[in-house]
Amino acid sequence: MNWKRAIVAMFAAVPLIALFAYGFTRDPRDIPSPLPGHDAPAFALAVFAPGEPPFTRPVGDTIRLRDLAGKVTVVNFWASWCLACRDEHVTLSETARQYAGRPTQFVGVLYNDRPAAGLRWIADMGGQSYPSVADDRSRTAIDFGLFGVPETFIIDPTGRIAYKHIGPISASVLRHWIDSLVPIPAAGDTVRQPSVR
Amino acid sequence: MRHRVIAAATVIVAVLCAAGPARAQDTGARSRPSVVATPADSTLEARTTAVASALRCPVCQGESIQDSPAQLAQDMRAVVRDQLRAGKTPDEIRAYFVSKYGEWILLEPAMRGLNILLYAFPVILVVGGLALVVFLVRRWSKPEANT
Repeated sequence: MNWKRAIVAMFAAVPLIALFAYGFTRDPRDIPSPLPGHDAPAFALAVFAPGEPPFTRPVGDTIRLRDLAGKVTVVNFWASWCLACRDEHVTLSETARQYAGRPTQFVGVLYNDRPAAGLRWIADMGGQSYPSVADDRSRTAIDFGLFGVPETFIIDPTGRIAYKHIGPISASVLRHWIDSLVPIPAAGDTVRQPSVR
Repeated sequence: MRHRVIAAATVIVAVLCAAGPARAQDTGARSRPSVVATPADSTLEARTTAVASALRCPVCQGESIQDSPAQLAQDMRAVVRDQLRAGKTPDEIRAYFVSKYGEWILLEPAMRGLNILLYAFPVILVVGGLALVVFLVRRWSKPEANT
């Protein structure tokens, strides 16, 4: 009789324990994005921080995603109030410089912030090599399914989102994705495509 | 004694399961009233509130974009309002947000596939709990009736 009870209790408990065990292997903050593998949302945003040569864009100029076709585009959402954005700022600026001669384009998108505060932050951080644009009312941020800042999207030359990174991005991750996506000159129009994570 | 502890635990689980959906409905009912500019806008505001109450705020803990004062939630409400004004249906607007944030953005997941378990499990738990309570109470009351 006791054995029967033990077996019944085990059959009831094992699935629950298995469910909890599976839950503990998952990070509740890790919410899969549906965007990688799909076309990046189109945007046309005005430059408020011009960047540095050779990437300089005049203030007020409009950067359109469709104008960047054929390039690997790195779109980084940031804000002056974002502490984690400080950690990746130098990495992004330096990596943009390293890829200056190749078909890449870095764009900063200011999220939930005033351009004046963004400009002060850039000056405090010692400059930003690439231009930044203002996202009025966070329309582009919502189009990109933004949860917070910093978030970085790497868009392949065909305009498809290849990778979304939440939190400060490292140089090795940036280089991995850019190298994987930049068209190889010697191979004509061949583009290496990495597996989308 | 041990049976009474089990029965008490079962009753507590059943009550909590029954209270869960009620609390979720409260959240919708407590939605902040929207600022109504003109009578003509009231219908649009009501529709915005209905759609926004069902969408999860990405930067909050279990709040809808209607209930949250976060800037992103306000911006998302503005998107809902603009899309309604542009003639989109609530389903189309929900589909837009799902395409950006995944099904996670829906406070009430669509009733299909494995999601059906989410809806069925509390019902199974309540019914099972009540059956267990009835079963145990009847069994305990037998010896008392004999004495």
